[in-house]
Amino acid sequence: MKDSLQRLAERADSEGLLDVAYASVDSPFGPLLLAATPRGLVRVSLPGYDAEEALEELAERISPRVLEAPARLDEARRELDLYFEGRLTEFDLPLDWRLTDGFRKRVQRAIERIPYGQTRSYTEVAALAGNERAVRAAGTACGSNPIPIVVPCHRVLRSGGSLGGYGGGLPMKEALLQLEGIL
Amino acid sequence: MTALPPFQTLLDEHAAEVMGVLRGAVGRADAEDCFQETFLAALRAYPKLSDAGNLRGWLLTIAHRKAIDQHRANGRKPLPVAEPAEVGVHDPEPEEGIWQLVDALPPKQRAAVALRYACDLPHAEIAAALGCSPEAARRSLHEGMKRLRKELA
Repeated sequence: MKDSLQRLAERADSEGLLDVAYASVDSPFGPLLLAATPRGLVRVSLPGYDAEEALEELAERISPRVLEAPARLDEARRELDLYFEGRLTEFDLPLDWRLTDGFRKRVQRAIERIPYGQTRSYTEVAALAGNERAVRAAGTACGSNPIPIVVPCHRVLRSGGSLGGYGGGLPMKEALLQLEGIL
Repeated sequence: MTALPPFQTLLDEHAAEVMGVLRGAVGRADAEDCFQETFLAALRAYPKLSDAGNLRGWLLTIAHRKAIDQHRANGRKPLPVAEPAEVGVHDPEPEEGIWQLVDALPPKQRAAVALRYACDLPHAEIAAALGCSPEAARRSLHEGMKRLRKELA
């Protein structure tokens, strides 16, 4: 049965029927759920995610043609592994931004450009996104980042230097900042 | 309208049953192809499906059509039958393991039993699927059921 399902996923992909491929991958913090459309990585769910909820969200917001198909996530998995080992400082993955829009998206795209090992304040990313007064909205945009780690919202801190929040929990944010030599 | 669940849910819940039904209907060798065709057709149609109420029934309906296509493609010839056999229609709720017994039946009987009880086809359609007369279909079904009852007794 496993072979049949794998063959099905491959054929669905080659016939353009695999709108969302997903895979659960290991990380030092627990399993991540990765999802990709034909355009690119669209969602990273951090450890502690509710799989049913995450998949239903993808079905509802992108397409119900959601299949477990790890092959499409191989490159993302490889780069994430290297990143967690401290051997990769810049992701080179096509991203699909369709789960975000408006000012949130501008903030997230600004976050994408924060270099490895550096941090910005919520105020700074608000300014980078074109509205330095929208600090609260910038915070919300960090919290609703659909592609965390790859879009490094963990590099955004409060102006005083305190950590702020993180979807995967503050210990994970702290560990990622340590990994990058910031803390 | 109920939201359509992620397609993977349909596979998790119904793939094994669909495969079992197809093995019964077309035999082990052709079941894999029919399985792929069934789920690819389902995937194609899925986003436009208006009713998420009976996804299992929807999948089994597609599987039954694919099984019929397969029988037609195999070009089965009608079996000459000496005399039509009367058969009472039973509607047992088959349990999981029974498909292994069905799988072991001779091809015609196996297909007749699967098309009747898994796909819920009337005799005329079973006959069309098998390329034989309705009487021959009845007879295959009867023989298959007789053998199954013996195995289960």
